[in-house]
Amino acid sequence: MKHVLGDKRAIAILLGPALLVYTLVMLVPVIWSLGYTVFEGNAITGFTFVGFDNFVRAAGDPKVWDAVLFTIKYAVVVTVGQVFMGYLMSLLYVFVLKRSSGIIRTLVFFPVVLPTVAVALLFQKMFEVAPTTGIVNTVINAFGGDSVDWFGSGANAFLIIAIMDIWRSIGFYGVLLYAGIVEIPEDTLESARLDGATGWSLVLHIVIPLSLPVLLSAIIFSVNGTLKVFDSIIALTNGGPGNSTSPLTLYMFQTSFSYGEYGYGSTIALLLTIICLIVTVFIFRSSRRDLTKA
Amino acid sequence: MTRPMRRRAALVPIVASAGALALLLTGCGGGGGGASSAATQFTYLINSENTTIPGQLTALADDQCKAENTALPLKVETVPQTNLDQKLQLLAGQNSLPVMYAAGNAPDLTKTLDKSGNVVDFEKALTDLGAIDDIEPAAVSTIKALYGGKFNVLPYQYNIEGIWYNKQIFADAGIEVPQTWDELVAAADTISKTGVTPFAASGEQGWPLTRLVGDYLFRDLGPDALQKVADGDAKLTDPEYVKAAAAVADLGAKGYFGQGVGSIDYDTAAQQFLTGKAAMFYMGSWILDSMNNPDANKIGSDNVGFMPFPAVDGGKGSIDEYPANVGLPSTLNAKVYDDKVGAWLGCIAENYGSAALQSEGSISGFKANTEVTGVAPLTQEIQTTISKSTSSVLWFEALFSTKATTTSQTNAAQLVTGAISPEDFMKLVQADLDN
Repeated sequence: MKHVLGDKRAIAILLGPALLVYTLVMLVPVIWSLGYTVFEGNAITGFTFVGFDNFVRAAGDPKVWDAVLFTIKYAVVVTVGQVFMGYLMSLLYVFVLKRSSGIIRTLVFFPVVLPTVAVALLFQKMFEVAPTTGIVNTVINAFGGDSVDWFGSGANAFLIIAIMDIWRSIGFYGVLLYAGIVEIPEDTLESARLDGATGWSLVLHIVIPLSLPVLLSAIIFSVNGTLKVFDSIIALTNGGPGNSTSPLTLYMFQTSFSYGEYGYGSTIALLLTIICLIVTVFIFRSSRRDLTKA
Repeated sequence: MTRPMRRRAALVPIVASAGALALLLTGCGGGGGGASSAATQFTYLINSENTTIPGQLTALADDQCKAENTALPLKVETVPQTNLDQKLQLLAGQNSLPVMYAAGNAPDLTKTLDKSGNVVDFEKALTDLGAIDDIEPAAVSTIKALYGGKFNVLPYQYNIEGIWYNKQIFADAGIEVPQTWDELVAAADTISKTGVTPFAASGEQGWPLTRLVGDYLFRDLGPDALQKVADGDAKLTDPEYVKAAAAVADLGAKGYFGQGVGSIDYDTAAQQFLTGKAAMFYMGSWILDSMNNPDANKIGSDNVGFMPFPAVDGGKGSIDEYPANVGLPSTLNAKVYDDKVGAWLGCIAENYGSAALQSEGSISGFKANTEVTGVAPLTQEIQTTISKSTSSVLWFEALFSTKATTTSQTNAAQLVTGAISPEDFMKLVQADLDN
């Protein structure tokens, strides 16, 4: 094996095909898209060089900043929700349900395998106000309240998106974090218990520090997933009402493919890439520091 | 001996994958280049929601246009309407648009396609074929108003819009057909007191609401109200324009659209009217299909009346100017237009009008050259109204960019629910017109 890997030509042969495909379907379009940021136009009209006009325009476009704010708000709320709820679930699996957690884990994991569109339709119907009254409004009516038009205002629509996406992914983060917590050696926990740590103090001082690496992975997964949210929002609200629930991805998609402004769309995409990069670097750096401490 | 041999064997996957990719790339390129040479099929790309036109064309292909179909067989492809614009842009970019295609959701895209030489000039093409008289002049004038003076699309549909009303509900409430906006609001008020929703409207679609804003502008400020906005001579944020949005928002504030208007989709809105739950329904004449269908129309087609959008007191516009459109129109690809395609065009122009009216009761901008019998009375009424009308107006977003159109339609529901003010609504749309 060492002999093979020591041979540069062998390495080239092993990596070549994958690298070629990666370059063609990933790197070339990425660089191409980067190039578009200094052009404007589309496939029909052709492209004209506009220098940094797209960047100037993006800086002064209130819709871009609305979308950035929404993206960040969504990422923060949903990441906190997903990881926190997932962590609670995993604690439940490990410390309460113990060996009998299999069936509960499967049930909680179930929404993860459902198609996004199906989940979105389910939530649409649950929170529906017209033409038929959905289950949520029926409950509100039963307690004497007036029906709420959940998708009629941005704040309510955001609430439902957040509830839906957290519900959808609790199972995934539950299992991911479960894998981390279940690995904590039983003798460590045992000795902590002997030292008098119980309940929350055990979780706070022993379980969380020892499961920190997997917790950080979960946060990185979640942040990067939520910053790039697209399908669940398009299926649930299509960015509405108005554009009050439009993340950057949706605005980029509309700009490029509906309005035919490929250059400006690429500029928005670049902005999203930069945000993702900053967040990832930030989390990685903080995680590295924590690991050296431990 | 063994080493080079082995290396050569190991190189096979690389060579193979590079070869496959090369094939893939040339395959894509070849498809694009090939389509621009003469067409071998009469390919037609249309939004999948529209089943009327493909059905009619297939019928023509078996009957009146048999010879043309033998020379150039019809082949229909569909795409969901929401994906149509993206698909057209990609196909146009690859130079592989089909022979005939639905021309995009907004006139703006069609104009772009025309600038890049993808759209046939029908004025010239039909004149050359001697078939220009097969088109209704009203349809031609609507198309020219939409496409900057050019006859760029085929009027497979010709619709006028107005308010459909339930005669029974009007009689029960003791109200006459409103002639002015104030009378319309008063009528809605009377109706809402009887427990019936005055207006059915789809806020999910948005355009049924912005149509009201546009029509109010045409009635109040005259038929050139939105041309002025398009030309930059007026702004939607001007007080006289905001007034129109405020008038429509006011209907919403009073609850005349019923509950959850933002979630009501097109079919639900139609159903509300057709089952007698709503008294009025602003819609185009394409809805005749459902109105004449006893399975869908539970209130009975003789119970349905059609009134023009009312006048606005002291306004410059006339109540006789019906908002008109050509639906989601189709056009021909100029890059593959030749004699065989021309033969198809001539045959369609000559026969489509009567065929569509006869079999589907659908009104097109093609003249009905052969006598049509058994047309439903409501359809007859609309047809008469169309042939009598001398001038028409467009709709709110007709001259807007795709972006401003999207903004207008996605914010319409918020306008009537009061989530945004009329000033803000107009400001949002104007902002997209400005850049």
